[in-house]
Amino acid sequence: MLFTSYGFILFLCVVIGLYYIIPKRFQWQLLLISSFVFYYFSGWSNLIYILVTIVSTYFIGMKLGNLNKQQNLYLKENKETLSREEKKAYKERIKAKRWRWLLFCLFFNLGILAVIKYTNFAIANINNIFTLFKMNELSFVNLIQPMGISFYTFKTMGYIIDVYRVKYEPERNIGKLALFVSFFPQLIQGPISRFDDLSLSLFKEHDFNAKSFSFGFQRVLWGYFKKLVIADRIVVAVLEITRNPETYDGIFVLVGMVFYAIQLYADFTGGIDITIGIAQMLGIEVKENFNRPYFSKSIVEYWRRWHITMGTWFRDYIFYPLSVCKPMLNISKSSRKRFGEQIGKKVPVYLSTMTVWFTTGLWHGASWNFVVWGLLNGFVILVSQEFEPLYAKFHQRFNVRDTFGFRLFQVIRTFLLMSSLRILDCYRDVGISFRMFGSMFTKFNINEMLTGSLLKLGLDISDYIVLLIGVIVLISISLIQRSGSVREKISGKPAIIRYTVYVLLLFSIVIFGAYGIGFDSNQFIYNQF
Amino acid sequence: MKALLEILEELHPEIDFETHKSLIDDKILDSFDIITIIAEVNDEYDVAIPAHEITPENFNSASALYELIERLMDED
Repeated sequence: MLFTSYGFILFLCVVIGLYYIIPKRFQWQLLLISSFVFYYFSGWSNLIYILVTIVSTYFIGMKLGNLNKQQNLYLKENKETLSREEKKAYKERIKAKRWRWLLFCLFFNLGILAVIKYTNFAIANINNIFTLFKMNELSFVNLIQPMGISFYTFKTMGYIIDVYRVKYEPERNIGKLALFVSFFPQLIQGPISRFDDLSLSLFKEHDFNAKSFSFGFQRVLWGYFKKLVIADRIVVAVLEITRNPETYDGIFVLVGMVFYAIQLYADFTGGIDITIGIAQMLGIEVKENFNRPYFSKSIVEYWRRWHITMGTWFRDYIFYPLSVCKPMLNISKSSRKRFGEQIGKKVPVYLSTMTVWFTTGLWHGASWNFVVWGLLNGFVILVSQEFEPLYAKFHQRFNVRDTFGFRLFQVIRTFLLMSSLRILDCYRDVGISFRMFGSMFTKFNINEMLTGSLLKLGLDISDYIVLLIGVIVLISISLIQRSGSVREKISGKPAIIRYTVYVLLLFSIVIFGAYGIGFDSNQFIYNQF
Repeated sequence: MKALLEILEELHPEIDFETHKSLIDDKILDSFDIITIIAEVNDEYDVAIPAHEITPENFNSASALYELIERLMDED
């Protein structure tokens, strides 16, 4: 069930209506049932996968919690009789048991994700090797990827690691854990919430709050505006350019790159606006996933502001544990001895960064395009880090000051850099992506833009006018957001202005939304991850 | 504490680590700095700071970090 389908709108109206009618103590149960109904419509067989993940995570979470309790009780009861060494040995035994349960849970659930998502990718690569040696190729398997599997698997992994770390107690009600994993607004494209962030407001009883409801509704409308008016319109030109690299090279690659940046932003942030807006209409707080990322002045800053919940997930559950594990600390020691203090201490940073970005790439999709995209991101981050002192010297030497002009230059530079890396998202393989990137420099001909070529990409002049206005609105809203919530600002205006804004937004979605022939209702890009 | 201050000052000589109390909140220490600090603390104090102890509360000031190191040494 797509967010953009009429079926979903109807489903949402029913759920919200019931949510505020039924006794409040049943609200979370209603959300649980609704989430499973929502998931059922994506294919009933998919329910098996999510149920297996919920059940395994629940029981292993309980096991981890019970082992921890057992340890605390034993140590308390035998406080006087046990020596320090005996206590330590007991703790080590329990820790080893807990560690084994954690590993089992991670491998089991990650295994499901890996088999479903990466089997055919692995087969394709094995076949490439087999072809070299003239061996018979393996046939591909037909596995349907359950909706949102990458997102819910990461949510459960975060939960089980936190329980292992005794950050919080395991959830004792399997229904509540199931709701956390499957909460329908964020099931298909995140944000990747943490249990301790979401659970409090998710399971709480909520009175109808007019302000929260109205703010949520406005956010949902804003999300639909981004998705239907901008993303689903501009995607036509993006696909025309990127699916025909033989026809569209040179300056068209630059156009495609910028258009894709607009599409991805409108699509993904629009989807998240709908998610957070729906949750807010239900009185539930979901953490923000974006902080005006295209205003970032460096790639490191960009990744702090784009898909925040994914970035912090990788940081907390992969980057830090990997960087501070014993083998890595040993590598750090030996590399310092071998390469000297300055270079040696960077070795763990390099290793962990590249591992995280390799994983991030792979998480985004089972193809070399995403792996190379991830590794390039890691590489650029490390290079920028290394060049930082050089930049500082350069700025000092040439008296570069932190003026508006310089900041604008940094923002545009970061936007173009990130857009260039995203070329790998768009073309069918890595080779074509690099060739197309190169053609921007070797075949750049601005005259091609003056002969009406843009009108041959599937969009007419009225589409471009709508897009231009849409993008101006997007940028304006982002600029206004710098000084606080736009909805708070609007709510302080007289009723006539407030309602004009709402009506304009609603009508612009209905009138300018990209529907009809040539504009098939598109899946959100991140649904596929 | 002196050794810890030296480790921190080497990373960011421009910061007064004895008085600064919001190293993470003010984005002075980034994730690269944190893992460099942990590796050096491991060398200097022979204590491993586990990943779940990497929290803003533990890294916002030199004194909080030193308290963490002492606590972990005690637990050993």
